[in-house]
Amino acid sequence: MSHLLEAKAGDRRLLMGNEAIARGALEADISVAAGYPGTPSSDIIESLARVAKERHLYVEWSTNEKVALEVAAAASFAGLRSICVMKQNGVNVASDFLLHLAGSGTRGGLVLVPCDDPGALSSANEGESRHFARMLEIPLLEPGDFQEAKDMIKWAFELSEEILNVVMVRSVTRLSHASGSVVFDSLPETDKTAVFRFDGPYLDPMKGPVLSLPVTIMHTRQQEKLKQAVAKFEESPFNTYIGPETPELLIISSSVCHLYSKEAIHILGLTDRVGLLKMGTTWPLPPKLMENYLGLTDNILIVEEVIPFLEENVKILAVELAPQIGIKKFFGKKDGTIPTVGEMNPDLVVTALCKILAVENDGVPEIYTRRAQELFSAGAPQREMTFCAGCPHRASFWSIHNVLQMDNRQGFVCGDIGCYSLAMLPTGFSTLKTLHSMGSGAGIASGFGKLGPFGFNQPALAVCGDSTFFHAVLPALINAVHHRSDITLVVLDNSGTAMTGFQPHPGLPVDAAGNSVPAIDVIRVCQSMGAIVRICDPFDLEQTQQTLFKLLERKGVNVLILKQICTLSPEKKAGKNFEMTVDEATCIGENCGCNQLCTRVFKCPGLIWDKQENVSRIDEVICTGCGVCASICPSGAIKNKEVA
Amino acid sequence: MPDVRLNNDPYNVIITGVGGQGNVMASRVVGGMLSRKGFNVTIGETFGASQRGGSVMSHLRISAGSCWSPQIPKGKSHLIISLEPTEAIRVLKDYGNPKVAVICNTRSVHSIGVISGDQVYPDLKDIKAWVSELSQSAWFIDATDRALKMGNPILGNIMMIGAAAGIGLLPLDCNDFKSVICGMVAPDKVALNVSAYDLGRQMVNCGND
Repeated sequence: MSHLLEAKAGDRRLLMGNEAIARGALEADISVAAGYPGTPSSDIIESLARVAKERHLYVEWSTNEKVALEVAAAASFAGLRSICVMKQNGVNVASDFLLHLAGSGTRGGLVLVPCDDPGALSSANEGESRHFARMLEIPLLEPGDFQEAKDMIKWAFELSEEILNVVMVRSVTRLSHASGSVVFDSLPETDKTAVFRFDGPYLDPMKGPVLSLPVTIMHTRQQEKLKQAVAKFEESPFNTYIGPETPELLIISSSVCHLYSKEAIHILGLTDRVGLLKMGTTWPLPPKLMENYLGLTDNILIVEEVIPFLEENVKILAVELAPQIGIKKFFGKKDGTIPTVGEMNPDLVVTALCKILAVENDGVPEIYTRRAQELFSAGAPQREMTFCAGCPHRASFWSIHNVLQMDNRQGFVCGDIGCYSLAMLPTGFSTLKTLHSMGSGAGIASGFGKLGPFGFNQPALAVCGDSTFFHAVLPALINAVHHRSDITLVVLDNSGTAMTGFQPHPGLPVDAAGNSVPAIDVIRVCQSMGAIVRICDPFDLEQTQQTLFKLLERKGVNVLILKQICTLSPEKKAGKNFEMTVDEATCIGENCGCNQLCTRVFKCPGLIWDKQENVSRIDEVICTGCGVCASICPSGAIKNKEVA
Repeated sequence: MPDVRLNNDPYNVIITGVGGQGNVMASRVVGGMLSRKGFNVTIGETFGASQRGGSVMSHLRISAGSCWSPQIPKGKSHLIISLEPTEAIRVLKDYGNPKVAVICNTRSVHSIGVISGDQVYPDLKDIKAWVSELSQSAWFIDATDRALKMGNPILGNIMMIGAAAGIGLLPLDCNDFKSVICGMVAPDKVALNVSAYDLGRQMVNCGND
């Protein structure tokens, strides 16, 4: 049984933030959960999928985030509670529907959980979802710790049903992927029936059709809902203050930043001088509560990550409240006290407090810090990001790179989001030359492929993963075919949404909860559009390179599917295909004309260059036995013996 | 409330290594063991494709009181468990202090810069001297090498946790280890993991430094 279910009410467990959110959804008695995988959000849907049968839930990995929100909305319209989960960029994808949904309103509670990634720890951007709450006029909550991650979800469902609109609960990497203690509440036992009522009066929120029209009436109603939410925020248990009655400085913070603030106050021993207001309800801010706390002092520091969202909203309120609270001095992002890029940490808040209050931090002795820095420079070689040992992408980009070199027309690859984004680095032979959102490699290549009349004659390739193919490549591919663009799309099919943990996608015969479902065949989809499709095993370098070379000579839309399961997948981790060895008599190292092709260029982490002996070796701990390095060794010194 | 006291509260542990070495699992085992003792444990970690082959860290905050930040402030670590030798140096640079204790696995994982010959991996002898210089006490364990002899290099992590129990700075208890590991690995692998844990504990007690 999942550890999310075995604990009883009152039990305390160590949970990941994402698991706490999932448990909160279960305690809130949800029926439907939908999302698209994306770090750091994926574990929420995974946790719910694991208990889908026991808790009678419908859980799906949707084709993309917009569809996920539509699926969750359907459950709400039918009177059920549903949760929708995505990483921050997903909200961009879902936002068109979200705009309309916020206008039409909801019925059963609907909570949207975006997980942002300040500092881009596992992202290609540090985009923000908080702005969507303000822009689309829906309430925003931000849990400050693990217990709140659970409790706030339940509270958000109640709020959603009170105001009949979607509520956003925003998490961040340092909460979603961190773990902490959580005390459980009970799980409800209820039977639910789904019915979609549409036979009532036109504007009846529970019985009429669900529309965002007539716009002015519905928009007015939406803004009334927001006012209702603000009234509730004034009394919310998630807004807390710790500190003296008359602090010299008030920190206003939210999310994990309040933990960094608390730590900084503790380190500097400022508990008698600095107050900490932690806001859990961050949009719209409750004005009466803000008036009380802004009134405590004239100096305010706002601690949050990336863009000054909280800061701007507090400042607007402070201007409106000026007759009551007076003029305040603000510290934050606008005056440079807090950085506007990257994630926060306790040390950045320590630095800010030292500057504002003119105090010193007794840290590590300088002599130690200096010596540690010296030894670090000498003794800790930098670790550049690399594909895993045995990763099919290394083999795929080896072939793509070599074919583009042979083709000699300045061909290049447009990429998108996935492990294969690393192909912009030497680990992928720096083959990727554009990197943007999901599916954008295909769209950009489609555009490049139409520049012929302007003298453009470089081959434009695009790469995408198998999950991305369904998420956002399909419209771009259709665009390329329809407009007779000349592109070659390489689908790096590793049989799952590998980067985020092998979640299934529409190309696989299994769904999130493990049910058998029909798989959509990428080959037939592409063929039906009129694209020429070829399939190769990327570990077969020769066949892959010959096939790709021929495709590049062909006009129109070509699709090359490179199919090889991810090395980290549970199926493949079980064993090696080959036992790899280096024949030391044959490897002549620097005397070979290859100039260490395997370690210097191919650079698989499973290889070792033995400088003393002047030979390559295999690292038996790291090598996964894919056998590709044997194919690239010109003197045949690397041997692969098939494992029985 | 826990019935044992910590030397420092919060007690700050960093588990470091290279992506793919099993850092996350190690931090969850240690966190789970101390949580069972009644401590409020916060673990901060990052994972995802960007960490593959890169340096990774888990930050553990152990407290009899409340929830602490998932990031340890600079210079404030009490114990560093390093699954890879040069990673110990990297972590000491930001989080070390003259009083820190270090347990370090001796098996190197070469970065691609080292594999390609662009960078040089230091001598283990030098690394040991540097880690010792930057810490109050340091233990070096041939965990991966011993784990290989047991049939699976990943058991090296468990051996390192056993070693952490062996040095006695934290209330890590074998029974808690058994309970936690039972929930994480297949039933037929429990005995092997317990052997690795015991071996790690013995390795520090035998003065393997």
